[in-house]
Amino acid sequence: MSETRLDPASGGGGSVAGGVGSPGRAQIPERTLRGDRWWVQPVIIVTLLVLWLLYALVRTSMQRYYFVETYHYLTPFYSPCVTASCVPDARHLGTWMGELPPLVPYAFFLLPILLGFRLTCYYYRKAYYRSFWLSPPACAVAEPHARYTGETRFPLILQNVHRYFFYAALVVSGMNTLDAFDGFHGKDGGIGMGLGTLIMLVNAGFLWLYTASCHSCRHLIGGRLKHFSRHPVRYRAWTVVSRLNTRHMQLAWTTLATLMVTDAYIALVASGAVTDLRFFN
Amino acid sequence: MAADLEHFEYDVVIVGAGGAGLRAAIAAREAGLRTAIICKSLFGKAHTVMAEGGIAASMGNVNSNDSWQVHFRDTMRGGKFLNSWRMAELHAKEAPDRVWELETYGALFDRTPDGRISQRNFGGHEYPRLAHVGDRTGLELIRTLQQKIVSLQQDDERETGDPESRLKVFAEVTITDLLQDPSGAIAGAFGYWRESGRFVRFNAPAVVLATGGIGKSFKVTSNSWEYTGDGHALALRAGSTLVNMEFIQFHPTGMVWPPSVKGILVTESVRGDGGVLKNSEGKRFMFDYVPDVFRGQYAETEEEGDRWYTDPDTNKRPPELLPRDEVARAINSEVKAGRGSPHGGVFLDIASRRPPEEILKKLPSMHHQFKELADVDITKEAMEVGPTCHYVMGGVEVDPDTAAAAGVPGLFAAGEVSGGMHGSNRLGGNSLSDLLVFGARAGTGAAAYVLALGDRRPDVDQAVVDAAAAAALAPFEEEGGENPYTLHQEMQQTMNDLVGIIRTAAEIERALERLEDLKARAEHLTVEGHRQFNPGWHLALDLRNMLAVSECVARAALLRQESRGGHTRDDYPTMDPHWRGRNLICSADGDGIVVREQPMPSMRGDLLALFDTGELAKYLTPDELAAVPAPATPTDGSGS
Amino acid sequence: MSYDARFRVWRGDADGGELVDYTVEVNEGEVVLDIIHRLQATQSGDLAVRWNCKAGKCGSCSAEVNGMPRLLCMTRMSTFTETETVTVTPLRAFPVIRDLVTDVSFNYAKARQIPAFAPPDLAPGEYRMQQVDVERSQEFRKCIECFLCQDTCHVVRDHESNKEAFAGPRFLIRAAELDMHPLDAREDRADFARDEQGIGMCNITKCCTEVCPEHIKITDNAIIPMKERVVGRHYDPLVWLGTKIGLRKR
Ligand SMILES: Cc1cc2nc3c(=O)[nH]c(=O)nc-3n(C[C@H](O)[C@H](O)[C@H](O)COP(=O)(O)OP(=O)(O)OC[C@H]3O[C@@H](n4cnc5c(N)ncnc54)[C@H](O)[C@@H]3O)c2cc1C
Ligand code: SF4
Ligand code: SF4
Ligand code: FES
Ligand code: FES
Repeated sequence: MSETRLDPASGGGGSVAGGVGSPGRAQIPERTLRGDRWWVQPVIIVTLLVLWLLYALVRTSMQRYYFVETYHYLTPFYSPCVTASCVPDARHLGTWMGELPPLVPYAFFLLPILLGFRLTCYYYRKAYYRSFWLSPPACAVAEPHARYTGETRFPLILQNVHRYFFYAALVVSGMNTLDAFDGFHGKDGGIGMGLGTLIMLVNAGFLWLYTASCHSCRHLIGGRLKHFSRHPVRYRAWTVVSRLNTRHMQLAWTTLATLMVTDAYIALVASGAVTDLRFFN
Repeated sequence: MAADLEHFEYDVVIVGAGGAGLRAAIAAREAGLRTAIICKSLFGKAHTVMAEGGIAASMGNVNSNDSWQVHFRDTMRGGKFLNSWRMAELHAKEAPDRVWELETYGALFDRTPDGRISQRNFGGHEYPRLAHVGDRTGLELIRTLQQKIVSLQQDDERETGDPESRLKVFAEVTITDLLQDPSGAIAGAFGYWRESGRFVRFNAPAVVLATGGIGKSFKVTSNSWEYTGDGHALALRAGSTLVNMEFIQFHPTGMVWPPSVKGILVTESVRGDGGVLKNSEGKRFMFDYVPDVFRGQYAETEEEGDRWYTDPDTNKRPPELLPRDEVARAINSEVKAGRGSPHGGVFLDIASRRPPEEILKKLPSMHHQFKELADVDITKEAMEVGPTCHYVMGGVEVDPDTAAAAGVPGLFAAGEVSGGMHGSNRLGGNSLSDLLVFGARAGTGAAAYVLALGDRRPDVDQAVVDAAAAAALAPFEEEGGENPYTLHQEMQQTMNDLVGIIRTAAEIERALERLEDLKARAEHLTVEGHRQFNPGWHLALDLRNMLAVSECVARAALLRQESRGGHTRDDYPTMDPHWRGRNLICSADGDGIVVREQPMPSMRGDLLALFDTGELAKYLTPDELAAVPAPATPTDGSGS
Repeated sequence: MSYDARFRVWRGDADGGELVDYTVEVNEGEVVLDIIHRLQATQSGDLAVRWNCKAGKCGSCSAEVNGMPRLLCMTRMSTFTETETVTVTPLRAFPVIRDLVTDVSFNYAKARQIPAFAPPDLAPGEYRMQQVDVERSQEFRKCIECFLCQDTCHVVRDHESNKEAFAGPRFLIRAAELDMHPLDAREDRADFARDEQGIGMCNITKCCTEVCPEHIKITDNAIIPMKERVVGRHYDPLVWLGTKIGLRKR
């Protein structure tokens, strides 16, 4: 669908006929009269998301450079590493099953959750409906589709399962936190800390913030109540989550960045391209 | 022309969909009558939407000393004893019920810690009394009533299958004439759809006028285009009378800059919540302007005034909260004395007195308004403000209990278009409560009148309808006449300069001459285009209303040789007890306007007893004072 | 400090129309509505426009300026450069009546479909509500019914055929307002939002929030919470189980 031109001047056409070109409305041929560069934002979003997905695809299919043995750095893209395919030290949560067939991502438990959580996230929905689906490409710019049913039918009605992904995402954040703790591993086997540990901690922290700022979380923690005054503790929790929630978009992008940075750093260290900056041991 | 005319039959026609009109409609519909609501703009956009500060009602939620007696006393003081005391009494007694009723319609007022409706301080009110929602109380009021109307329509739909079977809103229809039977009784109303320009005729034995005010006759005003005094003029032309028209409230704080927003209101809550007025020398000048009648009731020092905000029981309120006429005159004097702000106003400062968060919480729409319109951040800088024409105390002379208009059977009036309730000056917050109290009474009064008629329905001569249509089309017939916009601007300038906040006989006479001239020129207006949504045509029709009303204001202002409330005569600068007992009554006489004096009924003894003799002496003549019965308990402070 | 600005204003009615060019004076501090009024007073007395308060309070003067839905009275001329041409058209989601005036009756029809506030069994004057409990609904009651959100919402703007099934953001916040009202006696607001108001049509792309002159967080604070409530009642087996075995009250 994205072959539709993002060209402000393209007027007329079937898409406009049932919308701003409907009989009775002011007859204006342009599909939008916006003169600002409204198409910049969708273009940026498409570019960033595509780049990120490509990166993730490449990295998960590499099945190398995901673990730094000396310091126990495990990249989030391979977490949890609980199959016999993983190097033994990366299996700090145990070995749950045997070798995986080729090409199955090591983190096949959690990657779908990670993706599903973000795919059904209210913010990402906005982002991709607008920039990939062009529904609408920008406010007051006519969308190219002749029919539209929103999220009322299969498959989009499935977006309603978002709160399950939220519950599951709590587990993901937990795993990443455990990984970060495992990253306090020194050269001599005792406790140690390096830049990699710090990056993993920061990543885990932002993942928690992103998860906590989720709209479903806001609803479940207190938003669904009719009388805040009768539930003072949940009201407090709701106000905190609400404050985070106003930053949900920023957190969504920040966590994409921290995930990528964490993975890239660990890959570089694991491949030997850079040496980890150690704070102690 | 007949093909061009739509026709409707109703029991009650309400002209106006502001607070008063909607409340009247609810009452008439609840009495079981078929009711039409007619308004010039869209449903829910009437002027009431702009009210900011609150609704006055002595619920006593914040200070339990409050009672209807105290509210009554404040209202009479504010109006300088020229109020219809019966209206003031009904108003003070019924306002709390009308406000509580709004909650059952779904209104959400701000709350006190114990969950009641919160009430705020306002100029002239002894206790915190104004129920409010931030600074958008009018919006809450109108939306609540609008939604109540919708809910009644839903009831009707369930019952009859048609939501509009008993209550219908005719939005964007302007009424240009009332229809009367040969005896003079109301038989309906005539108007046009703004959208199409087509004529429409309503047959109904009762019409309630709820058309609001007249501010568009003045150049600097907080009022919108709707306020062209239509209801006032319709009543005049139908043979009813207007009372108190010389009293116009100039709100002390309107925006003065930039020019395009000059006049837009800055709510009094800014002062109620701690804002103070300063001149160019940085001085809080209001302490110099406390008049004798109010001496002793207001703080003498800045320290005491400041303490009042947190401890109102042992301190007196700051003089910034004097009634509006006093503050407006004070600002006017400061500016005239050369101590004004750069754009001809004075400074209203809340930035230096309250923390930014508090300002944002309490005055969000003021912050928004200044930011958007003047690029001023009121949490950081002072605002520039000056007087603006805001409210007309005068209006249709009505019976206090039924809101029936004087002299025309079947005609009723409520809200700003009616007169008497506020005397010479209205207290802030008393209008919204007035709308509810007398709106409900007008609806009930009209219903009772119609029910008493039984099956009888008044008849209209076709000639009357034809004449109304011809009058409305006149501006299209004329060739080479004047542009209505030009005429309107001249009239506004005249009223602003010559019958404005400070008046003299010579100036008013000049204004009357100019109005005569404008009236003659208004006979020959030309509008371009066709009848579909044509603002030029609409203005041409509104002009004759504005001219009639302006003439009333000017003639009454000339006659009243004293200064009181919203009427200040430079040549008669003091209040005169002789004029206290007199109303000026305006009526139409052919093409002209005549004004006569009319003595007021004297106040009931139990109401007089609410004031101490010392205070009454400031208002009453020695003779009147002698006739006052001695109060049972001397100076009964707070009432019961 | 005044200059001549170039304006393009859509003139016409349901049968057709076009953008007409004007050159008109602009002074310091003016808003687009002032310029439209100047056009009326000096160049075309019959230019139709709706307005009332001129202070952003009544929501009458909605139109589109340079393609974006806006209040004419709150769009300052200083946001444009002196050489820029300012294009003003009527709302493009509703039928036009004349010039800048559109037929917004769609919105009044939708308003009438929502079940009204259901009062609790309390006498007037007995209502007690805490400020924290009314605040959420109060945000939605700031709505001035300018219908800019309705105009910009692609569900109806771009699909006339959806007008039947979709109530639009303005009335989804009304649903949220009533559902969050501490004393509203109805329990089925979310069901109504799903079944009659078509909340599922909204794909939370937030244009309504972007244009709301009252800065109501329509999507975040009303529509998404309502969607979550719908999920709670219709798509959440845990909630369903909880109510079945009595852990959770309906
Ligand atoms: C900026 C501002 C702030 C205010 N703040 C407060 C406050 O805080 N507290 C307070 O108590 N008061 C306040 N007031 C005063 C108060 O808002 C008004 O006095 C009050 O709203 C008037 O209400 P109404 O019902 O009489 O008429 P309006 O609400 O003005 O309604 C008039 C109705 O009549 C209709 N109409 C008029 N002429 C015709 C015609 N010819 N044909 C058909 N329909 C017609 C109009 O379309 C409109 O629907 C304020 C006023 C302003 C301007
Ligand atoms: S968020 Fe939903 S309601 Fe708002 S504009 Fe977008 S689709 Fe419409
Ligand atoms: S929600 Fe905002 S944009 Fe929509 S009608 Fe209300 S004020 Fe206008
Ligand atoms: S994660 Fe974005 S809304 Fe739940
Ligand atoms: S005129 Fe009232 S919002 Fe613009």
